[in-house]
Amino acid sequence: RNKADDDLEMTMVCHRPEGLDQLEAQTNFSKRELQVLYRGFKNECPSGVVNEDTFKQIYSQFFPHGDASTYAHYLFNAFDTGHTGSIKFEDFVTALSILLRGSVTEKLQWTFNLYDINRDGYINKEEMTDIVRAIYDMMGKYTYPVLKTDAPKQHVDAFFQKMDKNKDGVVTLDEFLLSCQEDENIMRSLQLFENVI
Amino acid sequence: MAAGVATWLPFARAAAVGWLPLAKKTMPKPPVDNSSRSDEILYLNVSGVRFQTWKNTLDRYPDTLLGSSEKEFFFNEDTEEYFFDRDHEMFRHILNFYRTGKLHYPRHECIQAFDEELAFYGIVPEIIGDCCMEEYRDRKKENQERLAEDTEANEVMDAPLPPDSTPRERLWRAFENPHTSTMALVFYYVTGFFIAVSVIANVVETVPCRPPEGRVKDLPCGEKYQLAFFCMDTACVLIFTFEYLMRLFAAPSRCKFMRSVMSVIDVVAIMPYYIGLVMPENEDVSGAFVTLRVFRVFRIFKFSRHSQGLRILGYTLKSCASELGFLLFSLTMAIIIFATVMFYAEKGTKGSTFTSIPASFWYTIVTMTTLGYGDMVPNTIAGKIFGSICSLSGVLVIALPVPVIVSNFSRIYHQNQRADKRRAQQKVRLARIRMAKKGTTNAFLQYKEDRALGDRDSDSTALCVKNRSAFEHQHHHLLHCLEKTTNHEFTDELTYSELCMTESVGFRTSRSTSLSSQQGAQNNPTGCCPRRARRRAAMRLANSTASVSRGSVQELDTLHVKTTSIPPQTRSSLNAQADDLKLNCGEQDFTAAIISIPTPPANTPDESLPPSPAPIPGILRNTRATAYTHETVKISSL
Repeated sequence: RNKADDDLEMTMVCHRPEGLDQLEAQTNFSKRELQVLYRGFKNECPSGVVNEDTFKQIYSQFFPHGDASTYAHYLFNAFDTGHTGSIKFEDFVTALSILLRGSVTEKLQWTFNLYDINRDGYINKEEMTDIVRAIYDMMGKYTYPVLKTDAPKQHVDAFFQKMDKNKDGVVTLDEFLLSCQEDENIMRSLQLFENVI
Repeated sequence: MAAGVATWLPFARAAAVGWLPLAKKTMPKPPVDNSSRSDEILYLNVSGVRFQTWKNTLDRYPDTLLGSSEKEFFFNEDTEEYFFDRDHEMFRHILNFYRTGKLHYPRHECIQAFDEELAFYGIVPEIIGDCCMEEYRDRKKENQERLAEDTEANEVMDAPLPPDSTPRERLWRAFENPHTSTMALVFYYVTGFFIAVSVIANVVETVPCRPPEGRVKDLPCGEKYQLAFFCMDTACVLIFTFEYLMRLFAAPSRCKFMRSVMSVIDVVAIMPYYIGLVMPENEDVSGAFVTLRVFRVFRIFKFSRHSQGLRILGYTLKSCASELGFLLFSLTMAIIIFATVMFYAEKGTKGSTFTSIPASFWYTIVTMTTLGYGDMVPNTIAGKIFGSICSLSGVLVIALPVPVIVSNFSRIYHQNQRADKRRAQQKVRLARIRMAKKGTTNAFLQYKEDRALGDRDSDSTALCVKNRSAFEHQHHHLLHCLEKTTNHEFTDELTYSELCMTESVGFRTSRSTSLSSQQGAQNNPTGCCPRRARRRAAMRLANSTASVSRGSVQELDTLHVKTTSIPPQTRSSLNAQADDLKLNCGEQDFTAAIISIPTPPANTPDESLPPSPAPIPGILRNTRATAYTHETVKISSL
C-alpha cells in the first residue's frame, strides 16, 4: 500500500479502543495504568492507530546512533498480531501487558514470535541472522571494540549452538523455551523490565 | 528528544525483552524510579486564571521552570496551587507547548514581551515551531535593529564630549557631527557653500560669453574672465584642501579614513587643480590636462556629506549591488546576441550602418532601452523582425530588477525616516517623562523639610506623615540613611546650580547644603561636572584607598542623578536612572535623589543612556567593596 493511501486512511480512520473495562480484563494493567498509557498513545497518534512508518520513526528516536528501522519493522510485525498493517491501542496494550506483566513463558513465547519472521513455527538461521543483524545495525558505526562484519554471523552461530538441541538447523518453540529456562542469565534479565510502567 | 517520545519510552524498554535471549552478558539493573507513578492533576493559577494539567505533561521538559523543581517556589500552600504573577494569555501558549510539543508565537503580541515570558519560564526560543519561526525571527530582527538605531543615535547625538579628549578627537567629532558646536556648523555651511560655488563656476565657465572687442567668435566665459575664474577655483581648492587635511589630521584611524569613499572623492576633487599647476604649458599634456578637469565635477559628490538623501541613494545602490549586477549581465548578454543577429541580418544591404558587430551594439542598446534615436535603422525584413524582438525583450529585461531596487530604496528610506522621526519624538517624550518624574522626586526633599519642621512641631509632621504611604516612608528613610552615611545631603536643582555658578573649579565646602563641588582640579580641568570625569573619578576611588575624606570626593554625583521613579506602586518604582546629562553648569534640569537599582533593560524607560555610575562613589567611600559596573549600585528597594 502506498503512502498516499495510508495518509488518507489515517485522516479518515479514527479508531477507538474498546472500553476500559474490557481492556482491563484482557490485560494485566490496572485502570489507571491504562489511562496513562492511552493518554500518551492518543497524544502521539490522535487517529488512534500507528502505522509502520510512524512506528519506525518513534523507535528510531531512541537509537540515534544507528539504524533502527529494520528491527522496528520486525517489532511492528510482532505487535501487529492481526497483520492489519497498523497497530491499534489494543495491540499495543496487549503486547505491553505480556512484556511487562506476563509470565516467563508468555514473554518467551512473544520473543519467539518476534524471531520467527515468517511465522512458520521454526526459527532458521536466516531469520535469526536477519534479526541479529538488525540489532547490530542499531549500534551504528562507532562502537568499541570495532564491529566486525561477521559479528552477527558469529552471534547467530553461538545462539544456535545453544538453542538447537537436536541440531536440525531450526529452533522450535519448545527447544527455545527449554534452552532459555536453562539459562540463568536470561531468567534473571526477564525480571528486570517489570517496573517500566 | 520530543516530548511525545518520552511517552513511548516504556514501550521501547518493554520491547527490549526481545533482545534477552540473544544477549551474551547479563543486563544491567534498571534505574529505580522512586517518583510517584500515579499521575496527578496540577493547578496553575496565573494571575487569577486557573489552568490544570497533568503532572506528566509538565515533566516532559525537565529543564524548564514548570518541569523542574523550580516551580515549587511558586507553590501556594494555602490554596494548593502554583501561583504565577504573569500574563495569562501568554501562559496559554507556554502550556500548549508542554501539551503538544510545539511552541507557537502569537502574532499580536509584542516580541519583547514574549521573549521575556519565555525567559521566565526557562524555554529556549529556538524551539518555536517552523510555522511561527520565520515571523518570530523577522520581528525580533526588526526590533533589534530599532534598538540598535536608537542607542546608536543616542550615543552619537547626545553624548557629551569627554573632557579630556584631545583637540584631535574634538575636531573629528565636529566634522562628523556638525550640530555639536557652532564652529562646526559654520564650517559645515561654509564648505557647502563653496562646493556649490565651485560647481557653478565649473558650469558657467563653459557658457559662451560675448567676445571682447576685436574678436568675432563667441568665447566661453572661462577664457574671457580667466583670471576671475582662476581665483575662484583657487579659493575653493584651498578650502577643500584645508578641510581634507584637517579631516586627515583628526581621523582616529588615518588609513581607514584614506580608504573611505568620501576621502577618495575629496582627493579626486582637488587633484586636477594641483596637477594643472604643476604641469607645463605644452601641447601634448594639455590634452590630458583637459581630461583631468572633468574630474572637477566630482566635487558635486562632496554634497553627500551634506545631504542624507544622497547618502541613502548611494547606500541603496550598494545594497542592491547584486540586482544591478544581474541587470548588467543580462543586458550584456542580450546586447551581444541581438547585435550579432542584426549585423548578420543587415550584412547584405548597401550603405548599411551596421558596419560591424560592435557598431551594432549601439543600435541594440538604443533599441532595448526604447530610446530609438533613429541614427541606425534596419532595412531588411529580417532585420526589422529581429529589431522588433529586440525592443520587446529590452523592455522585459530592464523591468525585471527594477522593482527589487525600488523596494530596497523604499525600505532604507523609510527606515531612515523612521529613525529621524523617532529621534525627534524622543526628545519630546523624554521631556514629558522628566516632568512627570520631577513631581515624585521632589517628594524626598519635601520629606526632609517636613522632618526639619517636625523636629520643632510634631503636629504638622503627623499631618504630613499621613499623606505618604508606608512604602514612601521606608524609601525616604533609606535615602536619609544614605545622606547620613555619606555626610552629604540631597538638594534641588536651583540650589545646586547657584552653587555651581559661584564656583568654577575649587575646593569649597559649604556646610549648609553641603554641596562642595569638589571635583576639583585633580579630576576635571575642563568644567563643571561632566560625566566621564565622574566616572573616572569613581574608578580612581575604587582603585585607590579612598578614605572617607570629605574633601576630594565627587559627591556631585549624588546630585546629578534623577530618580526615574515611576509611581511607587509599580514593580520598577525604584529604578532610578542616572541620567547623564551634560552638566554645563546650571543648565540642565537634574534633581537629586539617586537610587539606582539594577534593572533589566526592558524595564527602564527610554532615558536609558547607560546608567550613571554616579552613586557609586558615595557608596564606595564607605564600603569599597562594590565593583564598578554600570548596574551594580545596589540599594535594594526595601
